[in-house]
Amino acid sequence: MTATTVVMPKMGYDMTQGKIVRWLKHEGDRVEKGDAIAEIETDKVNIQIESFASGNLQKIIVHEGESVPVGQPIAQIGEPGDEPPVAQPNEQRQQTGAGEGAEAPALGVTGVAPEIQAAPKTPPSAGEEERAKASPIARRLAEEHGIELGSVSGSGPGGRITKEDVEKYLAEAASQPTPAAPAVAPPEGVPVETQELSRMGQAIARHMALSKSTIPHFYTTVEIDMSMVATLREELNQTLSSEERFSYNDFIMKATAVALTQFPKLNSFYTEGKRNIFKQVNIGMAIALEDGLIAPVIRECDQKSLFKIAQESRDLAARTRQGTLRQADYSGGTFTVTNMGMLGVEEFSAIINPPQAAILAVGTVAPRPAVRDNSLVVAKTMKATLSADHRVVNGADAARFLGELKVLLENSARLLL
Amino acid sequence: MNQDELIGLYRQMLLIRRFEEKAAEEYTLGKIGGFLHLYVGEEAVAVGAVSAMKPDDDLLTHYRDHGYALAKGCDPKKAMAELFGKETGLSRGKGGSMHMADVSKHFWGGYAIVGGHIPIATGIALANQYQNNGRVVLCVFGDGATNTGNFHESLNLAELWRLPIVFLVENNSYGMGTHLARASALKAMHSKGCAYGMPSRQVDGMDVLLVRDAVSSAIDYARSGMGPSLLEATTYRYRGHSMADPELYRHREEVETWKLRDPVRHFQTSLQLGRFLTDEQAEAVSKDVDREVDDAVAFADKSPDPDPSAICEDVYAGPEGLEVGTPESVGVGR
Amino acid sequence: MPDLTYREALRQALREEMQHDERVFVMGEDVAAYGGSYAVTKGLVDEFGEKRLRDTPISESAIVGASVGAAMAGLRPIAELMTVNFALLAMDEIVNHAAKLHFMFGGQVNVPMVVRTAAGWGQLAATHSQTFENYFAYVPGLLVVAPSTPRDAKGLLKAAIRDPNPVIFLEHSLLYGMKGEVPEGDFVEELGKSKVIRQGSDVTIVSYSRMAVASMIAAEQLAKEGIEAEVIDLRSLRPIDMDPVIESVRRTNRAVVAEEGWRSCGMGAEIATRIYEKAFEYLDAPVARVAAPEVPLAYNRQLERDAVPDELDVIEAVKRLVNHKEGGG
Repeated sequence: MTATTVVMPKMGYDMTQGKIVRWLKHEGDRVEKGDAIAEIETDKVNIQIESFASGNLQKIIVHEGESVPVGQPIAQIGEPGDEPPVAQPNEQRQQTGAGEGAEAPALGVTGVAPEIQAAPKTPPSAGEEERAKASPIARRLAEEHGIELGSVSGSGPGGRITKEDVEKYLAEAASQPTPAAPAVAPPEGVPVETQELSRMGQAIARHMALSKSTIPHFYTTVEIDMSMVATLREELNQTLSSEERFSYNDFIMKATAVALTQFPKLNSFYTEGKRNIFKQVNIGMAIALEDGLIAPVIRECDQKSLFKIAQESRDLAARTRQGTLRQADYSGGTFTVTNMGMLGVEEFSAIINPPQAAILAVGTVAPRPAVRDNSLVVAKTMKATLSADHRVVNGADAARFLGELKVLLENSARLLL
Repeated sequence: MNQDELIGLYRQMLLIRRFEEKAAEEYTLGKIGGFLHLYVGEEAVAVGAVSAMKPDDDLLTHYRDHGYALAKGCDPKKAMAELFGKETGLSRGKGGSMHMADVSKHFWGGYAIVGGHIPIATGIALANQYQNNGRVVLCVFGDGATNTGNFHESLNLAELWRLPIVFLVENNSYGMGTHLARASALKAMHSKGCAYGMPSRQVDGMDVLLVRDAVSSAIDYARSGMGPSLLEATTYRYRGHSMADPELYRHREEVETWKLRDPVRHFQTSLQLGRFLTDEQAEAVSKDVDREVDDAVAFADKSPDPDPSAICEDVYAGPEGLEVGTPESVGVGR
Repeated sequence: MPDLTYREALRQALREEMQHDERVFVMGEDVAAYGGSYAVTKGLVDEFGEKRLRDTPISESAIVGASVGAAMAGLRPIAELMTVNFALLAMDEIVNHAAKLHFMFGGQVNVPMVVRTAAGWGQLAATHSQTFENYFAYVPGLLVVAPSTPRDAKGLLKAAIRDPNPVIFLEHSLLYGMKGEVPEGDFVEELGKSKVIRQGSDVTIVSYSRMAVASMIAAEQLAKEGIEAEVIDLRSLRPIDMDPVIESVRRTNRAVVAEEGWRSCGMGAEIATRIYEKAFEYLDAPVARVAAPEVPLAYNRQLERDAVPDELDVIEAVKRLVNHKEGGG
């Protein structure tokens, strides 16, 4: 014969543990099946528990005042000479019983409410605040056609951009005659290979045609002595690893940003009868792609240190190469800088990227003959050409902006501040 | 009744008694969940009443239904498996203690809503009358249920249409923790039938043969087309309302007094005195019943749980079986 | 094809089903001797007798409960609850019993019953003027149907009577007199399927019952102003067949749901959410809901008129959507 283990019984569907208030039988007492052997206390009630076996109460395992989970042994009943009891397979079952065990917080029985973790507060990025209000279908349509939602005006409640608004924008774009209009027939007898433009290519074609045909561009060029920048750059780069090195463009971006804070007219866009000045300086840096061009944006460029600008531009360039740019990366730009210096171009004029008012095109930094103090010297110079929208910027504004840019770059230590 | 039939009644009562005691033990071990309402002490009512029914007469009862399931001939293995929530249970693990049923035996179930089944029983009686199939419905409920709206609406309708139904109040004096005297303006349960113009009668629910006799007459009355009657069987439950009940609302002495009239022991003694049952036979019956109960537990233990897909099964009926979907599609696990 | 009123169409369905299946019977208050409080069952007791058309006492819970039992035991009962307001008295039998017994007893019993009841209003005051389709549409195990035309009334009632599940069949007292084409003889409309009742390209209007009729009237008016509305009659509220709705919203980009009941936690809330789940990318504005203001209905005629939604509300909702005024800031 085997002795029987008495366990803390489950007396209610939501009971998880019980306390022995008092034993009604004592070690050595004779117990019959059905006798009340103890009084226990649960969350809700005090209740008597019965024995399911007959024999002697050989051992009391849990004493008065002690509390144990349901299913734990509390006593042993048997006859003298019995084998010790087998471990209860039932205990196993209680832990895994449907929602009964102490691991079932859903029942709220364990008594300790979980602490509500406050979600970490992320500062809203400039992009979030400026997220254009647009309906899902408008958004989708804009994305399909490569349109920046910022260029579309919204007629919905609260300025929401609707599908109709996007369609209108597309219609206007389509109605502008494109320079490469098929009115031009290919020359007779010359074989032609026709390449389908990608979606991006088509979007750029439309965008550029729209820009050139609706914005009255004018161009201003300045030659900048980059000697100081070159020196500064070399000194700084000595202290940095090859991945972290500054490029000329980082200095140019920073200088442009600072200059724009002083000449905000260049950081605006035109709408009927209005010049809308952007309240942030978000500079897009044009990067050439296989089948087009993209200008990922460094936001609040004027607030960022040269180091930060370098870091971000490296990151954006890398992600552009990998093709992992997100819409947030290339939207929200207020001004664009395009640099063909690495391609050996001396100077060029770029097309404004609507809805902006200007774009700065820079050429190579190269040693060139220059006149200093009436003498001929060799200096590292660079040509920068500003294209500007004559509806919101005039010649004098452009000239002054470029003048400031020149001063900043020629005294570039200031840019480190 | 002959000797075999009498011993049969005794065995059934003992089976119910031992089954319920074993269910209590299994509940404390966590193998039965939810609420467990035990029938210990009331065995004479279920066994007596069902023995007066034909096998195809229809039975509906309250949530203290294990005794009725066993009395109506349900397999104790499947009853225990239902308590354990297993696939092999009477209701395939979907109903639990309060919703056992076996339609093949015309046991249309236990019901958890107090009094909720009384109109349903009335409807089955309506169908029997409509189809002229000669069957009678026995609808059992407790004293607490006699104060529900459904009780009154159903008794009225049954008498109005002279439906073949017997309403049986199992009066154990308590609606959970509330004594009858504090719940019912009219204390004599059976008198409530008079309000609806039907014959009413009280019977001692601790005596299986008296119960059988009373129910038998009422069933004959219904089967002959005379309509319903209200029977009251006075009885007592020795254990709490359910397993979690500390019984603060009654005195131990009251329980002990009723235990003096234990229907199972009482009937055993009567049979032995009448020489219908010898000591050896009693011993044999006891051992046999214990074995049957142990077999039921063993069967339930080794039976599988329902497949997780059972959560979506039998929500709708029909050969087309309206697609409820998979557990994931109805939101399980989200 | 003959024109019948909605109530005649229902009566025809009842008669045909009772003729061809002995197990079908009707019970409810005043369905027999009085001829039916809305005259739907008028004349049927003369044809079929009191065994099959049963007048009951005022006992909604027992009417439905007894129907549950009768259905379990092999009959096909049709319980009539005079108005949906009174269904509240039978909620336990509907929700806890009719909807659940097939499940709780592991598939051993079926409950092939129909509860026919009617929404409606007309200076009847607050307790007689409600509509509770959402209460029933909430419950797994029930089927819920709300026809808006005489044809659907007949076809869906036949389908409901033949279905092995408990069906809540929601009529509308203001539709009983409406006329429409109804095919003669036996035909069945499928339960659980919605229907495009008007094609259009500018906006999708989703509705059922009386508001589907109102939506059609609104659509006619809107067409005169150059707005073509697509109207979809759900017909079934549990399950809800959203496929035609989603397909439509993907084309029109705008949706209005029109219901007669209160806005909060009404059918519109569910339908709008399902549109967001399946057609979010296609929406040009949030889904608009036309529903009753959240007040009990007053007795006074004008106050009642102001509070009950109608075709003018649908027209206004569509115009707001089309003019981009919906869901501001």
